Amino acid sequence: MNKVSKSPWLLHYDASSCNGCDIEVLDCLTPKYDIERFGIINTGDPFQADILLITGGVNSQTESVVKQIYSQMPEPKVVVAVGICACTGGVFKECYNIRGGIDTVIPVDVYVPGCAARPESIIDGVVKALEILDEKQAEHKKNGGGAHGISK
Amino acid sequence: MAKRSIVPFGPQHPVLPEPVHLDLVLEDETVVGAVPSIGYIHRGLEKLVEKRDFKQYVYIAERVCGICSCGHGLGYCESVEQVMGIEVPDRAKFLRVIWMEMSRVHSHLLWLGLLADAMGFESLFMESWRLREKILDMFDETTGGRIIHSVNCVGGVQKDMDSTMLNGILEAVKDLEKEMRPVADTFLEDYTVQSRLKGVGVLSRERAIELGAVGPMLRASGEEYDARLLGYAAYPNLTVEPVTSKDGDSYARCEVRIKELFQSFDLIREAIGKIPEGDISVPVKGNPSGEFFMRIEQPRGEAVYYVKGSGKKFLERFRLRTPTTSNIPPMVETLKGCQLADVPLLILTIDPCVSCTER
Repeated sequence: MNKVSKSPWLLHYDASSCNGCDIEVLDCLTPKYDIERFGIINTGDPFQADILLITGGVNSQTESVVKQIYSQMPEPKVVVAVGICACTGGVFKECYNIRGGIDTVIPVDVYVPGCAARPESIIDGVVKALEILDEKQAEHKKNGGGAHGISK
Repeated sequence: MAKRSIVPFGPQHPVLPEPVHLDLVLEDETVVGAVPSIGYIHRGLEKLVEKRDFKQYVYIAERVCGICSCGHGLGYCESVEQVMGIEVPDRAKFLRVIWMEMSRVHSHLLWLGLLADAMGFESLFMESWRLREKILDMFDETTGGRIIHSVNCVGGVQKDMDSTMLNGILEAVKDLEKEMRPVADTFLEDYTVQSRLKGVGVLSRERAIELGAVGPMLRASGEEYDARLLGYAAYPNLTVEPVTSKDGDSYARCEVRIKELFQSFDLIREAIGKIPEGDISVPVKGNPSGEFFMRIEQPRGEAVYYVKGSGKKFLERFRLRTPTTSNIPPMVETLKGCQLADVPLLILTIDPCVSCTER
């Protein structure tokens, strides 16, 4: 990747993780790793987010919340599954309340493994997500969507 | 009477990294009632004890929660050791205390940062989390993991620390203590912080005991209770004094946690000074048979572990009651009568750990 074409905003949601990956996601924002220097901001509002960072496997109660947050985000959007639980279910795979990875509910673009995923690998995942975001943006434009339009 | 309205809070909310849902009953801007509903992170970890053998289950117990993972591993191992009658070597007990106190420092710094963030004091949030990195670096060096350490095992600990690592921890603690002073002064003496915290969410000593508050929440209301005094790991050989405060408001809770930080620095230094030479684990033979009820002091308060084995490789039952579970009724009590704008702050002052609570 040569340059960052826009300032992407992140949305973080904990689907059912142990908290480990969540504090590492927050860690990325703090002085040691500081992803804000790339213009990346952590927002709490799905309507303004470009990248969705999800941690943890999906259980029956978070399923509808994950779907709702995903549908509220404007097109184009990228989903990053952070941590091994978000990728496949991880150590919790055999638990009775876990359905598996995030991709059982919504489409996932980037998988970041690790338990807990280290901030370096989360940042790497976000940078990969930026490339995908650019591709999706170009395709979105080609299909007649506005440059920053929200799909209705 | 003003018209009542219900405002949903969560599950996805900017102030908390974890999902928890509350229905807030409002009269104008004042909260008159709060109905918590949990279960967004329920995974069913206790049931998994029937599928993993008792030595493997330590890894699951540590993943109950990423912030208190060291404590959960410790609590589980101690209770299984009690069932099996295993005497852990002294060096392992001291190592457990050092890691446990480091994890308390990291947890309290994390909480202080989130508190500052909830008040909108962004630079204080960044400063607290910057200091926290020093402890995470030491975890990384001594255990190989930043968040999940996997150091406890049934019969002792898995890794030893050599003198370079112990001196490294002493250095890090010294630096941290020096840099922590100005941050602590900002939290305790800054006018802006005080105006957000003083007199907000008062919980009296009687109500705190009645509602079963634990940890810093209980100690901030003036009750001297600390599960570390019960004497597990190497705590009987160290000086532990419960840190208390009188007022029972948000400021008192913040004060207790800051004082506990400095107490943990002292405990780490004392433990490193007294650590004996020797083995770090004993071989474990046979399977656990019997039951045991164990209490330990997590950063958030007293956690209860119950294990029951019947001589098989798999335990029959593992039960865990976490500090946040006990602190939810006092939280609902403090929410009644507060302003809507103070709700995120009040939820934070119990230091909620939703992953622990829902398991």
